[in-house]
Amino acid sequence: MNPDANWWSHRPDIRIKLPAFHQKKMKNLKTILLPCLLSLGLFLLAQNASAQLRIEVVGGGATQIPVAIAPFRAEEGLAQRLTPVVMADLARSGLFKIVDAGGMNPVPHEPEQVNYAQWRARGADAVVIGAVTKAPDGRYDIRFRVMDAIKQTQIAGFVYFATESQLRLTAHKIADVIYEKLTGDPGVFATRITYIVKRGPRYELHVADADGFGAQSVLASNEPIISPAWSPDGTRLAYVSFEQKKPVVYVQSLTTGSRQAVAAFRGSNSAPAWSPDGRQLAVTLTRDGGSQLFLINADGSGAPSRLTQSAAIDTEANFSPDGKSILFTSDRGGGPQIYRIPVGGGAPQRVTFEGSYNVSPRHSPDGRSFTFIQRNGSRFNVAVQDFATRQVQVLTEGGVDESPSFAPNSKIILYATEVGGRGILAAVSSDGRIKQRFTADVGDAREPAWSPVVNK
Amino acid sequence: MKRILTAVLATAILAACSSTPTKEQDGAAVEDRGAAGSQPVTKPPVATGPTTTPLDPKGVSGNPLKDPSNILSKRSVYFELDSNVVKEEFKPVVSAHARYLQQNRSQKMTVQGNADERGSREYNLALGQRRADAVKQMMQLLGAQSEQIETVSFGEEKPKATGHDEASWSENRRADLVYPND
Repeated sequence: MNPDANWWSHRPDIRIKLPAFHQKKMKNLKTILLPCLLSLGLFLLAQNASAQLRIEVVGGGATQIPVAIAPFRAEEGLAQRLTPVVMADLARSGLFKIVDAGGMNPVPHEPEQVNYAQWRARGADAVVIGAVTKAPDGRYDIRFRVMDAIKQTQIAGFVYFATESQLRLTAHKIADVIYEKLTGDPGVFATRITYIVKRGPRYELHVADADGFGAQSVLASNEPIISPAWSPDGTRLAYVSFEQKKPVVYVQSLTTGSRQAVAAFRGSNSAPAWSPDGRQLAVTLTRDGGSQLFLINADGSGAPSRLTQSAAIDTEANFSPDGKSILFTSDRGGGPQIYRIPVGGGAPQRVTFEGSYNVSPRHSPDGRSFTFIQRNGSRFNVAVQDFATRQVQVLTEGGVDESPSFAPNSKIILYATEVGGRGILAAVSSDGRIKQRFTADVGDAREPAWSPVVNK
Repeated sequence: MKRILTAVLATAILAACSSTPTKEQDGAAVEDRGAAGSQPVTKPPVATGPTTTPLDPKGVSGNPLKDPSNILSKRSVYFELDSNVVKEEFKPVVSAHARYLQQNRSQKMTVQGNADERGSREYNLALGQRRADAVKQMMQLLGAQSEQIETVSFGEEKPKATGHDEASWSENRRADLVYPND
């Protein structure tokens, strides 16, 4: 086997590439231990189990890849079965058609047990098989393979070692592998989202898995909270809280729960945006009069340095992935439009020209485009503009869409909207074809942001 | 005299009551609350034993900021859509408060700007700030000093009217003048 090509290791703590069927020599497998910050950190903060988000797909892709997921050997006994989570992830993406895997005898767990003719008869292009065993240290050894049903070869195969609390995350990691191998784009099932829930007079900052499960409140307040933003390493959130009777920017650690006011200057402090290295925040301050962009250190040290100089509103900064420029909203030309300014200094340039109200810009992680909110008449919709072609595509038809942000694979945009007078989260694929709705049990959900992929 | 004292006491107690933090402001489950909820509660000026109190020039005892017949008790300035222009009808209110600040140099004030709910929350926060700044600017022209007034914005986050129509929106395009002991 080849130990250096395609070796992946990320959380849950170990992932090892399985050799293809005909090279079945397990003794060379290396194990790489990685700290499981994500699970540990958040669980420390666990408060009451909050309202779960449920996701429904309200539109599908034009072509869906037919894939069958056979139940893994010995997964029935687990506290969290794996394959139902994998299937739900893939189905929800809108890019896969889950082929019925029931009634196979025997259920294949190893490559030599796969009866390709039968799977082809069911229409499957790919078959996922796997097995769970308890490792001597008490963790679970979870191995799975993605088999090409047409070529009858192995596409991918990995082993994970996971504790019981990591089973669900492991299932998301497996779905990420399947998604990537079959679509060519990285999966984002093992990521998280943050958003604000308003219930009566109460505001809560929540963090949940990307599929809406495991929602936890990391901050609760009787005053508004807005504009949460993930640090690039996924361990901190910056946000705006009104608990001091005015907007103040805080940074909160998700691993320890500690928080710090990093911009609490005279006037209003808002719209935090992380620099890609996680050291700085662009914020909107009014301390010198007007709403202007400033750079501050993310640990609150030092003095702010002013980034824009205008008599207009400059706000909603967002760093480009290379950290060299910032998109922001400004009404220096009359109505609000989106501008770009070099971080190192230089004149801002207007980048949106269609329509009289374009706000809330967010770069795609691949740097090729940005999403924003465009007003069309009295409707506010999610749109995407390509940097190279300047072409704008409006992706939604709702009326009150807000706060769009990209998934780390640049393929999905998460945003806030309203259905039946209630705030909900929704997502749309960046080509506009696939739409999802996140519904919470109670309260208004708003101000979502998708986490980066961490430690991959 | 006894009647006047009773009236003074009643007014003072009312004032004290109205400055007690409401339940909403209590117990946010957050750390580092800083200034939140730390504003002192006004103490009623209880006299020990009989004393005489000279009537103030206006013949009103108590706080002019709380006297419903005094223009200083008016605290809200409303704005048109996408506008931060202080309309004629609100200029007397703004100038009365400017005069009050001019006459009471140690007095501080916060102007809280608000916006209606349509559009981006952060852009609306900036629009509310612009309204608060417009009020402050007018008060400075009329004699108040910059250090006396902090302008902040609640954007669309703390709507006074919660409907989704023009009646509510116009109610929420507003700047409020707030004194520390309000």
